[in-house]
Amino acid sequence: MEEELKQTCLYDKHVALGAMMKPFGGFMMPIQYSTITDEHQAVRNHVGMFDVSHMGEIFVNGPDAAKFVNHIFTNDIEGMADGQILYGMMCYPDGGTVDDLLVYKEFTPDSYLLVVNAANIDKDDAWIRENSKAYDVVIDNQSPKWGQLAIQGPEAEAVVEKVTGLSVHDLTFYTFRDFAGVGSHKARVIISRTGYTGEDGFEIYSEPEVIREYWDAFIEAHVVPCGLGCRDTLRFETGLPLYGDELSKDITPVMAGLSIFCKFEKKEFIGKEALEAQKENKPAKRLVGIELHDRAIPRAGYPVELEDGTQVGVVTTGYHSITLDKSLCFALVDTAYSKLGTPLMIRIRKKVFPGTVVKKRFYQANYKK
Amino acid sequence: MSKVLEGLLYSDSHEWVKVDGDIATIGVSDYAQKEMGDITYVDMPDPDDEVVKGEGFGALESVKASSDLYSPVSGVVTEKNEELDDAPQKVNEDSYANWIIKVKMSDKSELDSLMDAAAYKKHIGE
Repeated sequence: MEEELKQTCLYDKHVALGAMMKPFGGFMMPIQYSTITDEHQAVRNHVGMFDVSHMGEIFVNGPDAAKFVNHIFTNDIEGMADGQILYGMMCYPDGGTVDDLLVYKEFTPDSYLLVVNAANIDKDDAWIRENSKAYDVVIDNQSPKWGQLAIQGPEAEAVVEKVTGLSVHDLTFYTFRDFAGVGSHKARVIISRTGYTGEDGFEIYSEPEVIREYWDAFIEAHVVPCGLGCRDTLRFETGLPLYGDELSKDITPVMAGLSIFCKFEKKEFIGKEALEAQKENKPAKRLVGIELHDRAIPRAGYPVELEDGTQVGVVTTGYHSITLDKSLCFALVDTAYSKLGTPLMIRIRKKVFPGTVVKKRFYQANYKK
Repeated sequence: MSKVLEGLLYSDSHEWVKVDGDIATIGVSDYAQKEMGDITYVDMPDPDDEVVKGEGFGALESVKASSDLYSPVSGVVTEKNEELDDAPQKVNEDSYANWIIKVKMSDKSELDSLMDAAAYKKHIGE
């Protein structure tokens, strides 16, 4: 059954710019406007803009909101200050990942905003509702009502303030500000110092009309429009996972090396026992970074082998890194071969290429702390 | 508009062949390099490797995707263009000047099924 592809509020603007459009997460999204390499470099060196309106916004309100979010979320929201953001996952009881997400503590009491992956909006919404029955909360999936821009790169701060007229320079990493009555639309605008590129940057949430006006204004301010193609190369270099590749119902946060976002000192959360046991007994497989000693490019699905040809894993994402000029990949491999420095081979078509296990954070992020 | 050189033969998978005696020089068309975008790696067979008409002999890689190369003739590889190891982008710059492999053909009659420039132009709709 073919599901009809959704469009974001900026669809016509992408088409007008001549973007290559492809399906992603149930939406028709821009992959690139010029080339992935040029857009990637714009974000690393200057500033780029992404339409991320496909992301989901699910609000959780009510007297039990804090208790409930802590029940479904692996990170610990206890004591979160208003305007603070945490990254973490929702997991199944067996530790498999429902989704990875951001939780925003809103400026009103008992109120949280969950920002989830586009492809998972319906699944997450159902999962959240299903698990909320014993809690006094209201779940409000407002995804279609919100547009979102990500402005990323070392020049992001200056251009965001210039274009929006809003003050963001004193926001620290993983905090946000909530503006009311902005501009002629008297709109609500949320700006957070977050992103998915390894550079300083902001994510701007508002109603579609406002996002459309901001898009035009950022273009006029010479911010480079960037597609999902370079969004993937940028997050990859920075060692950030993509749900569906490095996290899934079969890949737990512990396997993906994200235990730091699972707070086992919390009294409970869904998946806690399974994840804690997996961490203690070591998971069967772990996600690693591999650097190849050749220009050949490992792609998702290629086998990872030992010198004798035994398969010990599979590539989840791979590129010839634009910033580092090296062939790199993430791969899920048997834990016995996950230590840094382990030599592993990757089968690329008819040949095998030698590589070495390295840290997943190939590129050191430049966040404003 | 993609460039199509006269005097070459073309396969429907966008490789070109230049025939010199029983040696076939093989590359990809301008149309193919444009479709790929920025080429970051060319996967080539080594001299003495056998290639078979219609079967994969290597690949072009761009940032996002890889695209298999199919041999337009059968035979044995005599040379690969080692310049492309360090400078794969040369295929983008001029895909006709920058050949990929040379093959000593085992059956020259295989050339009969390839297209001339006019037919290839039609094939890519130009």
